[in-house]
Amino acid sequence: MKKVFALIDCNNFYCSCERLFRPELEGQPIVVLSNNDGCVIARSNEVKALGIKMGDPYFKLKDIIAKHRIQVFSSNYALYGDLSHRVMTILQQQEPEVEVYSIDEAFISLPYTPGKLHTDYARYLKRKVKQCVGIPVAIGIGPTKTLAKVANRLAKKIPDHGGVFDITDHGQIDHLLANYDVEDVWGIGCQSANKLRGRGILTARDLRDADDVWLRKKLTVTGLRTAMELRGISCLPLEMVQADKKSIISSKSFGRPVTTLSDMKEAVATYLSTAAEKLRNQGSVAGSIQVFVTTNPFNPNQPQYAKSMTATLPRPSAHTPTLLKAAVRSLEQIYRAGFQYKKAGVMLTDISPHHLQQESLFGPNTTESMELMAAVDQINKKWGRHTVQLGTAGFEKSWQMVQSHKSPAYTTSWSELPIANGAV
Amino acid sequence: MNPEPKYKLGPSISGVFGFEQKSKIPLPLFICGVSAGFPSPADDYIGQQLDINELLIKNPASTFCVRVAGDSMTGVGINDNDILVVDRSLEPVHGKIIIAAINGELTVKRLVKTDHSCQLVAENSNYPPIDITEEFSCIVWGVVTSVIHQFR
Repeated sequence: MKKVFALIDCNNFYCSCERLFRPELEGQPIVVLSNNDGCVIARSNEVKALGIKMGDPYFKLKDIIAKHRIQVFSSNYALYGDLSHRVMTILQQQEPEVEVYSIDEAFISLPYTPGKLHTDYARYLKRKVKQCVGIPVAIGIGPTKTLAKVANRLAKKIPDHGGVFDITDHGQIDHLLANYDVEDVWGIGCQSANKLRGRGILTARDLRDADDVWLRKKLTVTGLRTAMELRGISCLPLEMVQADKKSIISSKSFGRPVTTLSDMKEAVATYLSTAAEKLRNQGSVAGSIQVFVTTNPFNPNQPQYAKSMTATLPRPSAHTPTLLKAAVRSLEQIYRAGFQYKKAGVMLTDISPHHLQQESLFGPNTTESMELMAAVDQINKKWGRHTVQLGTAGFEKSWQMVQSHKSPAYTTSWSELPIANGAV
Repeated sequence: MNPEPKYKLGPSISGVFGFEQKSKIPLPLFICGVSAGFPSPADDYIGQQLDINELLIKNPASTFCVRVAGDSMTGVGINDNDILVVDRSLEPVHGKIIIAAINGELTVKRLVKTDHSCQLVAENSNYPPIDITEEFSCIVWGVVTSVIHQFR
């Protein structure tokens, strides 16, 4: 049976989460900042209208924020994660097949019937999510995922659609795609867009009608696939099971510059513990581990330094102390005193399933206690991250990030529940 | 005068801290008396486990908890500092206790609807009913299904 795809995308998701418990902010301008309150990562429509862009650094916006009384929030991932899970659960209650594509997007597939659109059903879904979770969504429907994404963007952009648009069998599809910038097409990155523009391919329609051989040569099979999808030929199926990650990164900017090796070790050990927990969670082991450190490139008056180093483990592991030993050895080699470090991180790569490990013939017999790791993971799951940790990760963590505008954990902490005024 | 503590703490212990319990605790429901000491003859009679979540929460994805500040609903047993269980998936029909956003502020009231009017009514005679008119911005946020009152 032929199917069509629907993309459900939460509108300005982080801003909508903040508004849910602060109804007075409806219609008011809101921005949400990245970790450490660095730059803008979410904007309400009112803020978009003021010309503030994604990624604009916070410190440059102080004047415009004061002038327009923009509400500023530090990112509150406990809140966003919980509300995202609720939205996805509501969708899963309505639909047997849901692909959770990101924190605020999901694909579903619907049966294709010639001459029949799914707009009524999409409106029902939109109402349902808004009522049950309080988050507004837009829904785009099309014969392929890429076209559903196009439809979703048009659903949001053109007020007449009311947040729902079905592009399937659309009479004016040529016209719609001709007015759709090629860099806004799903899967077309900055680099691809430049190559395409160089050949005069400026719109989604140009890309759809481009030459297959040229596309394959210049943009690889991925680019060709995107063009096919724009033609209505589905190449990307619904992916129900999330593929195991091929690399796991844990990295954050520091709240204050780090200037000592011991603080840096604490940070690296903390990030590593998080990454290793994720690794074990997906039942994998890592073969190599990269450590990187960098100063603040936005502070050009300070001496700059950035370095990374990858260590290969004698045998793949998911054992935190083993991984940490390798990470610290790398860190000690790349760390240079005299710099103000802004950020560090670890990346686990060469990841494979734990059960496919080959025992080493000559290597050391492993003394890794995976039972210990399982116990640590269980304790941390129950009592909160870093309840039990390696001593190296430190206890003060004075370098941790700054979040001076964070809203309460309304849905995940008894002490931070929203308040209903019962005195009116 | 302070009484002597029963147990003296060693000088190296600066304090004792409790944990916050984060898991659900199923309570076994015994359908007969319990005897201790023997291999329990009650074993065969443990029927099921009681889960408070099951009692209070029908639709987890649409259920939120809200804390009350104020005494306007004491007449129905909703007191200051109580926790309300709020299900957004329920229809706010006449007579329900609801969380409403009045002019942008969350509040708890009873919804009283007639053919031609709509009121938010307190359950405490000190607070007059609020008529919902055009000049008010009023949005129903969710329907209250339970109140949790803990004795302190």
